[in-house]
Amino acid sequence: MMKKDMICIICPRGCSLTADISDDHVSVTGNACLKGKEYAINECTNPVRTVTATVRVSNRDNCMASVKTAVPVAKDKMMDVMEALRKICVQAPVKIGDVVLQDVCGASIVATKDIR
Amino acid sequence: MLKYDIVIVGGGPAGMAAAVAAYDAGCKNVVILDREPQLGGILMQCIHNGFGLHKLGRELTGPEYAAVYEEKVRQRNITVFAETTVTSVSANRIVTAQNRQGILKIQAKAVILAMGCRERSRGALNICGSRPAGVYSAGTAQKLVNCMGYQVGKRVVILGSGDIGLIMARRMSYEGAKVEAVCEVMPYSGGLTRNIVQCLEDFDIPLYLSTTVVRIHGKKRLEGVTIAQVDENRRPIEDTMRYIPCDTLLLSVGLIPENELTRAAGIPIDPVTNGALVDENCQTQCPGIFACGNVLQVHDLVDYVSEEAERAGLGAVKFINSSLEKEGNIETKPGYGVRYVIPQTINCINEDVSLFLRVTRPFGKVKFSVKDGDTVLAVSKKLKAAPGEMEKLTVKAEALRNVTGPITVSLEEL
Repeated sequence: MMKKDMICIICPRGCSLTADISDDHVSVTGNACLKGKEYAINECTNPVRTVTATVRVSNRDNCMASVKTAVPVAKDKMMDVMEALRKICVQAPVKIGDVVLQDVCGASIVATKDIR
Repeated sequence: MLKYDIVIVGGGPAGMAAAVAAYDAGCKNVVILDREPQLGGILMQCIHNGFGLHKLGRELTGPEYAAVYEEKVRQRNITVFAETTVTSVSANRIVTAQNRQGILKIQAKAVILAMGCRERSRGALNICGSRPAGVYSAGTAQKLVNCMGYQVGKRVVILGSGDIGLIMARRMSYEGAKVEAVCEVMPYSGGLTRNIVQCLEDFDIPLYLSTTVVRIHGKKRLEGVTIAQVDENRRPIEDTMRYIPCDTLLLSVGLIPENELTRAAGIPIDPVTNGALVDENCQTQCPGIFACGNVLQVHDLVDYVSEEAERAGLGAVKFINSSLEKEGNIETKPGYGVRYVIPQTINCINEDVSLFLRVTRPFGKVKFSVKDGDTVLAVSKKLKAAPGEMEKLTVKAEALRNVTGPITVSLEEL
């Protein structure tokens, strides 16, 4: 059995979690809520992160549209998402929730700011 | 002279939430003044997520959180004067502002101050060395990268482990820069734990505690910094000095409530919070002038800014309706382990009152107590407490009734 200590990042409370990892099971202690348990299990098996970034707006000066992955992506794919975003531009107007790029590392990229 | 019931100075999260709360409490004649072209304040450059978990039950980015409140403002027909800079607020509630149309004067029945805060700059730190390009406050770099699309640097050292510094460590890494180190002069980080995990550990960025930047090198562009460990009096230890080559230094060394208007109005300021002294309705010592959000105390979570602003908005409406109570006048004081307590005065003793505070340093398991002399009014236990996280204690109305004051909030280590 392997023990892994971590700090929960689901909310600002930041619970200190301990995960006991055996071959087919992860048991979690120290969590104040169910989301914390879920987080610890995911961190041990398949860690994911929401990537937030920006893309250029082609028809506005000095203007970036902020975007995020609509769902979290695998932690080791974060830089792949950034690489894909560097290559694209969007055209204003942009609305919050508009999909600016489909299926990047399993997530669509959506706008998080209105550009009028 | 224009006339409005409530004039709100600042259209960030505090100003918007105060406006909405006041409108919903029955005051329909509300105006928000903001110097920027759009509402949202600092949230517009905070493109990372983690906003709204407490208040809205969803995890949003800064611009999305701002959009939720902007929509509420628009639905309610609250007047917004954008690109309008307030130049003075007087104790008799005349607000002077200027914009492209000229100078405007507004007589308000109540004023809500929601100007937010600004960053402490290099000048406040007295770091030796030259003055090359490449030294930014973290929030300025954040605006340049996130809103304007500039790459501010490629090899970065960050001084200060406050939340903006940590967030920028991740942001610069995403944008292809190498963050060499985050240095923190204190023996602990001032940022939220989740930011240390998500922004530093995920990118293998080292955090050096009890360490500071002692010299800045470079003539035109920053070439490197000398860092050193500090002793318990925060003095650099000479034989720990070490040179790190870098082209960018970001300073995340504290936020200062932007209270120039407040001071000029003659409103008393708390020397610890650098915000106005207020009662439980966020009313300053100048009747009819309220303060909320980062101009009152620097918050770690926007959710709490919105909640505080709602109290200010309701307070302003009560003031206009002459239904603000003035009977208590109970002072609050920080005791052992507590740096400050807000509100500094409690006036209403017929309702439960929430007290907000920060601890002086990180603690393990603690018990907070609110006491009037030897009488305990409220207690609350926490598994841990840190200066980076604001604490809230509620005192019941029954407990307040026979209080003479001042009441003290202190902690005991368990």
